[in-house]
This record gives sequence, structure tokens and C-alpha cells, in this order.
Amino acid sequence: MEYVVIIIAAIFVHNIVLSQFLGVCPFLGVSNKISTSVGMTGAVIFVMTIATIVTWLLNQYILMPYNIVFLKTISYILVIAALVQMVEIILKKVSPSLYQALGVYLPLITTNCAVLGVALLVVQKEMNLMESTVFAIATGIGFGLALVIFAGLREHLDLMNVPKGMKGVPIALVTAGILALAFMGFANLV
Amino acid sequence: MNQWKNFTKGFIKENPVFVLLLGMCPTLGTTTSAINGLGMGLATAFVLTMSNLVISLVKNVIPDKVRIPSFIVIIASFVTIVDLSMNAYLPALHKQLGLFIPLIVVNCIVLGRAEAFASKNSIGSSILDGLGMGLGFTFALFLLGTTREILGSGSFLGMKFIGDNDGMLVFVLAPGAFIALGYLIAIINKLKKA
Amino acid sequence: MAKKVESTFLSMVLTLLIITLVASAALAYVYKVTKGPIEQSMLKKKLDAIGKVVPQFTNNPNAEMYKLMAYDNSDSLEIYPAKKDGKLVGYAVKTFTNKGFGGLVELMVGFTPDFTITNIEVLSHTETPGLGSKMTTAKFKDQFKEKNPKDFKLVVKKDGGDVDAITAATISSRAFCDAVDRAFKTLTKEDK
Repeated sequence: MEYVVIIIAAIFVHNIVLSQFLGVCPFLGVSNKISTSVGMTGAVIFVMTIATIVTWLLNQYILMPYNIVFLKTISYILVIAALVQMVEIILKKVSPSLYQALGVYLPLITTNCAVLGVALLVVQKEMNLMESTVFAIATGIGFGLALVIFAGLREHLDLMNVPKGMKGVPIALVTAGILALAFMGFANLV
Repeated sequence: MNQWKNFTKGFIKENPVFVLLLGMCPTLGTTTSAINGLGMGLATAFVLTMSNLVISLVKNVIPDKVRIPSFIVIIASFVTIVDLSMNAYLPALHKQLGLFIPLIVVNCIVLGRAEAFASKNSIGSSILDGLGMGLGFTFALFLLGTTREILGSGSFLGMKFIGDNDGMLVFVLAPGAFIALGYLIAIINKLKKA
Repeated sequence: MAKKVESTFLSMVLTLLIITLVASAALAYVYKVTKGPIEQSMLKKKLDAIGKVVPQFTNNPNAEMYKLMAYDNSDSLEIYPAKKDGKLVGYAVKTFTNKGFGGLVELMVGFTPDFTITNIEVLSHTETPGLGSKMTTAKFKDQFKEKNPKDFKLVVKKDGGDVDAITAATISSRAFCDAVDRAFKTLTKEDK
């Protein structure tokens, strides 16, 4: 039952993009087409989950026992960077078309604050390995949900008559704000 | 470009937040008040300047293929220094900024400037570039923080001017951050064209 | 133009190794330097909170701190006895709840020797600003002063208790009650 709460909270109540502000750069950058958004989400969920598991183990069995927790930031980001490299190499072999579609966005997952953010959050919330894994997957899904909804909204926005000063990023941000407002309605779900 | 232009470009013309649209996450996440925005901006400016300095210093000894991981380690080190120092000497601010302090390491501005500028320019220029961009970032955060604080809490720098009442709370919350930033960018775009 | 170093396997590994070692050494140094001040400020915060919730004391509550397993076996709580000239004048209990809207809420609750609440200090929370965050205001906290949980039901009125919840912040109010209740039940169970 606990896990259902974690999942619903991660996807809706405390959505990583719309409520915690992590992953906003790709959110604004990749979301102009639904198809790229879906591809990006898949990659993010994969990297996020594995990164969370690996960094959790790193923290539990190396950083804490040897009292070098102050090396957390460095070690975590290196793990993430290495993982993204691996995903790139694997993707190139397994699905060259998806690799092409994601293009420059793939290495950008390294600097996606959501990935590092989730790895740090599970330690802060003192979750165990199972909870952390579930949290990571759910957060990734929440990221994808926000991304895909937003892409849909943007595809419509492109066809509308936006005042000149607001065209592009400003209206996208205001729309994101309204979307965030809508998500706040989930507040009492858990 | 001359050094003065190099230093000031980060403020308006190439402001990392309003023009280059980089570093959005901390911009939205830490600007619930003017002080928080200011603190976050200065912490980032420190990391930016120091890592630009070190990277420009060692740029010729780092093999090309490992330059990104090397830059990341250097940046992460300065971020950790800021994290530990703030926890020790500015605990209240450290608590407010929370997760966003270690997240400075993935702030696209820092890695971006390292790759685009510091790895190709002299130490002096790199320092000025880092400082200018960092202060421009701080300026943006301070501006957004002030806006959200005035509208959302009815205060400025902690001093309330609407008595015990609440302001338009939405601005202190997530949606307000997006909306306020959207309008700020629109206004600044308008001013740049004028 | 200085010549760039070639990317051979050896040069790459060596560079990364050296950079990481230098970085780790620098950080270990900074860590050592800041360790003291960090612990100091955490201790000061704790002592300040204890001072706000119990009557005047002459001992060192932190030195006499003992831990008790919470009545629901969720985690252990820290009990700080306050004594004046050797005589017990109160307890400060560091309690918590995970039921806050934003998660963890930590309180320091002060009790007299007969377990009446003296005062409550919020140590940490991540509740919504303007709503749940109002749990730190006197307006909400004062209703707990001089109440003994034996007769004052630590549950919001909506759920049949005696506590006036914060408007539009029932979850935060419930969490607050949960934490105070945990402190009371744990402190008094040792007397059973």
C-alpha cells in the first residue's frame, strides 16, 4: 500500500517538473513535439532508475561506511555521466532511429537536474532500495506525463494568435504555470 | 572583444536566464524571496568564476577526450566547497536553498561557459566571463525573487509592508514561478527592442 | 599557441586520476575545516529550541539526553531532561511525524514533570507556505500551552478532538498533532 502512495505522490501531487522545478530545461526544450517527448521520457526513466539504484548502493556501502559523504556530489554526477554515455552507446547499436531522433538531447540528460535531483532526494527522504527504485520510476513517469501534456499544449499554441511580445518562451512559461496550477488540484489525493 | 564588454555581456545582452534561457531549474526553484534568489545567484557566481579560472588554467594539459568528465569533477568540487561552507557559516540560507545547492553542478550555465569559453580563452578573460555571467545570473534571480516576494508575501528582503496579511500566495508557489518568469522575459524582450 | 596533450589511453586515465585525487584532497580539507562549525550550529539550534520550550534550567540537557523508542516503534525520540539545581523542572522531547503534506515535520515539545505541555517549537518542516507553514505561528501553537494531553485530545476538532486546525491546512494540522501525541505517549510510557 505504501508503494501506491509513493507512486501517486511522485506522479501527481509532487510532480518533479511542475511542483519541484527539476527537469525544467528539457521540459521547455524538448516539448514542442509529442513524439520526441515520448522518446525523451523513455530515456530519462531508464537513466533515472538505474542512476538512483547505483548511487543509492554507492552511498550505502561506500560513502557512509567510509565517512566520505562529502564526496557525494562528485561521485553521483560521475556515475550519471558514465551511465548516459553507456545509454548512448547501447542506443546507437539497438535503435539507431531513436538515437537519431533524440540527437543532442541524449547527452543533455546528464545535466538534467531531475536525474541528480532524484538520486539526492531518496537519500534525503531516507528511502530503502526498493522504495527508491519505485520512486525513481514513478518520478520518471511523472516527468513524462508533464512533458507529453505540455507538448500537446504547445502544438496547439503554435497555431494560435499569441501577442507578439509573448510569443515563444514567455507564453510557454505562463502555460506551464497554469498546468502547474492544475496539478496542485491533486494536493489532497494522499 | 574588449574586456569591459566581456564582463558586462552577462547582465543584459547575453543574460543567461532571460536571453540564453539556461539555468531555469534554480531560477524557478529558489526565488521565493529576494534574499534566497540573491544567495543562490552568488553561490552559483562563485562556482562559475572559480571553475572558469581553474579550467582555463589547466585547459592545455587535459586530453580532449576526457575534457567533459574533467570539467565536471572540477565544477563538482567547487560546488561541494560551497555546500560545506554554507552549511557551516550560513545554515539558515543553506536550509532554504536545500537541494538546489548540489544541483549547481548540473546548472547548464556552468558547464556551458566552461566548454564554450574557459576551455578556449585566457585566464583573465575566463575569470571576467565567469564573474559577468554569474552576476548577470544573480541579477536575474534577484529580480524574479523580488517580484515573487512582493506579490506573494507582501514583503521585500523580509520586511513586510502589508501587515499580517497574506499576499497573492500563488506567486510563492510553483505556478507563480512559471508565470512570473514568463512575464518577466516578455517585458525584458520588449525593453531590449525599445 | 601551446600544443594540446594527446588523448592516449594512458594520458586520459592519468589526467582523470590526478584531477580526482586533487579534488578529493581539497574537499577532505574543506570538510575537516567546516565540520566543527557545522556541528556547532546544529547544537546551538537544538539548545535554543530546548530553551524556548522548558522552564529555566541549570543543567546541560544535551549531556543528559536519552533516547526512548516511540510508542508505535517507528523510530526513537530524544528526551532532554531540564533540571534546576538537581531537581527536574521539565522535559524537552524532540519528536517527528512523516504525515506532513510535504513530508517530515520535526518538533521540540516541552513538558512539565507532570506532563503538561509548556510550549512547542517547530524545528523543521516543508509544508506549504501560507498554509501548513502557519503551524509555526503563535496563533496555532498557543492552544497547546498548559494543556495536559491526558484531558486535551490531541486530534483536530474535525476528527473529534480538541485541536483547532489551521484553515485549509488540515493535513498539516493533523501531522502536527501526530508529532505531539507521539512525544506525549513515548514520554509517558516509561512511567507505566
